[in-house]
Amino acid sequence: METLREFFSFSDPSIIAVTVGAVLLSASSAVVGTFTFLKKKALVGDAVAHSVLPGICLAFILTGTKNPLWLIIGAFITGWISLVIIDNVTLKTKIKEDTAIALILSVFFGIGILLLTNIQHSGNAAQTGLDSFLFGKAAALVGKDLIVFGMVAVILLATVALFFKELKLIAFDPNYAKALGVPVKAMDLLLTSLTVLAVVTGIQAVGVVLMAAMLITPAAAARFWTNDVRVMTFLAAIMSGFSGLSGAFVSYAAPAMPTGPWIVMIISAIALTSFFIAPTRGIISRSIQQRKLQRMIMDENLLKELYHLGEKDEDPYKARSLDEIIEERFFPKDRLKSALRRLKREGYLAKQNGDWKYTEAGKLKGQRVVKLHRLWELYLSKYMKIDPDHVHEDAETIEHIITPELEKRLEKMLEYPEMDPHEERIPY
Amino acid sequence: MRIEAKEPVVEFHDLTVSYHKKPVLWNIDMTLPKGALVGIIGPNGAGKSTLIKSAMGLLPLASGYVKIFDEALDDVRHKVSYVPQRESVDWDFPTSVLDVVLMGRYAKLGLLSRPRKADKEMALNCLAKVGMEAYVNRQISQLSGGQQQRVFLARALAQEAELYFMDEPFAGVDAATEAAILAIMQEMTAQGKTVIVVHHDLQSAAEFFDWIVLLNMRLVASGPINKVFTNDMLQETYGGKLTVLAEVGELVRKRQIPSREKY
Repeated sequence: METLREFFSFSDPSIIAVTVGAVLLSASSAVVGTFTFLKKKALVGDAVAHSVLPGICLAFILTGTKNPLWLIIGAFITGWISLVIIDNVTLKTKIKEDTAIALILSVFFGIGILLLTNIQHSGNAAQTGLDSFLFGKAAALVGKDLIVFGMVAVILLATVALFFKELKLIAFDPNYAKALGVPVKAMDLLLTSLTVLAVVTGIQAVGVVLMAAMLITPAAAARFWTNDVRVMTFLAAIMSGFSGLSGAFVSYAAPAMPTGPWIVMIISAIALTSFFIAPTRGIISRSIQQRKLQRMIMDENLLKELYHLGEKDEDPYKARSLDEIIEERFFPKDRLKSALRRLKREGYLAKQNGDWKYTEAGKLKGQRVVKLHRLWELYLSKYMKIDPDHVHEDAETIEHIITPELEKRLEKMLEYPEMDPHEERIPY
Repeated sequence: MRIEAKEPVVEFHDLTVSYHKKPVLWNIDMTLPKGALVGIIGPNGAGKSTLIKSAMGLLPLASGYVKIFDEALDDVRHKVSYVPQRESVDWDFPTSVLDVVLMGRYAKLGLLSRPRKADKEMALNCLAKVGMEAYVNRQISQLSGGQQQRVFLARALAQEAELYFMDEPFAGVDAATEAAILAIMQEMTAQGKTVIVVHHDLQSAAEFFDWIVLLNMRLVASGPINKVFTNDMLQETYGGKLTVLAEVGELVRKRQIPSREKY
């Protein structure tokens, strides 16, 4: 708690630099990454991240300083070249995009490592810390860097905001965009440049190796929560900014902890959580939906079988034992018991001396399922000319999904028939 | 058989298109009339979609040119609209029906400006025209095939163009949607707009269109339906396979010969 207060008092100017830097870098790369994600070009970020290393090293060799502006320019150039090569290789040879990315990524990264090793052994005193580009070193951000990164972040965010509608259109339907006369090539170039710029600045915080996660993970996490590109972009930025902040805090509270990897860990944790708990798209919500459906089908089937039993001895309200029900149709015993209890709780069944019987509502519900089943069988054989002995299986599924409106239409169409194709009475 | 249009809005001149060097359309030469509902008909792989894509400038031309309203496409783009095949986009994209239709207004808006109130109203009108007003804020992944097609049509209508290229707008739609789309097309042509449709069903083609283009890698026929839609012509389009043409195309691809010489 004490550390938390200390951290957020921002009394130490270096805390401000690290925190603001981490938040800006994370949020702006998330915004750009949203569009690479939507264009299904997730691996492109990884390729750029690895390809900027030779540029950084070359810039250092040529200028002899670690001035971030020069390094960014160097990184920008090689990162950009790598994307141009990937595009051309994909377009003009038989090599597919994933192969091209893997090839270019490793070649550029190899050259980068080569140069880096060379620099480290050159004896140039200014080179210390250059290797932090490999794994990132957000904690080493100082006020001077901040101005450059802040500028880059503003450029990124402003450009995306300015061209939002075009970027969205091109990600959704590039052919239509072209037909409209939107400069698709130029916009693609713009997005490429933004990606490179985001990578170049982002790697200061998390390093070459983890950069792809900074681009794609926030977008992937945000996608679970919304169906609107605008909201998704904001959400990705907020989630990513939050992990930037948390990463900075962790490394402040425990100085041995690296900031960059923590940022990535936290955004990954957010993504993983979203994957499970997000409404409608999340795994948990989906499995709950599935279970509800299973239960509904089980309940309806059970009520239907009770109706069948009632038809046989012409006493729908007679109490039935478990074995009697299972003899009519097999249900696993534990499932059957829990379904019976559930239906009693919901007021469709009553218990009598250990046996189960319909309530009024239960009989009506069971009767409706039977009716839908037989109506559908009749519809299939009458309108779709399917043999009567082939219609039962279909009706078993369809009986659970027919809406009251469809039910009315079926009744009208078939003119309130009395018998189904198997000469069984359709109850009304 | 090639019948020239009296009042041409589209002119294909000696058009050849190749995919990966393999020619898929050979020497297309025809004109299409103003205010007509034109059906482009032909078997699978005949190059129907390729033809309208090349007219919209979406594919590089190996030779020839397309003129629209007697001008280059770039000069008249605002008067031309395109409805791509429904399957060409990812319908799980995070956006709403209204947003998709608003895309039809982007050309009028230009870069950097946002849709205005009037654009939104226009989009809503177009959605009402295709009977989708109840789905304005629906996420597009929840739409059925027919509804997706209606949304694409509404987007094209929102462009307020004079010439429409539509790629298989009737593919995989229900009967109600088919009738609705056809009614809209007929209304458009009655207003003097031209609608050019890629279509694969011969039976309905006979009822839908008033000008027919028969295509099978090369132009078999182009003209008013009563002159062109004959057994002989259909036989020539679908029947006797053009094995020589297909084989030569395959050879060109294998040898990687440019389909036109430079000097």
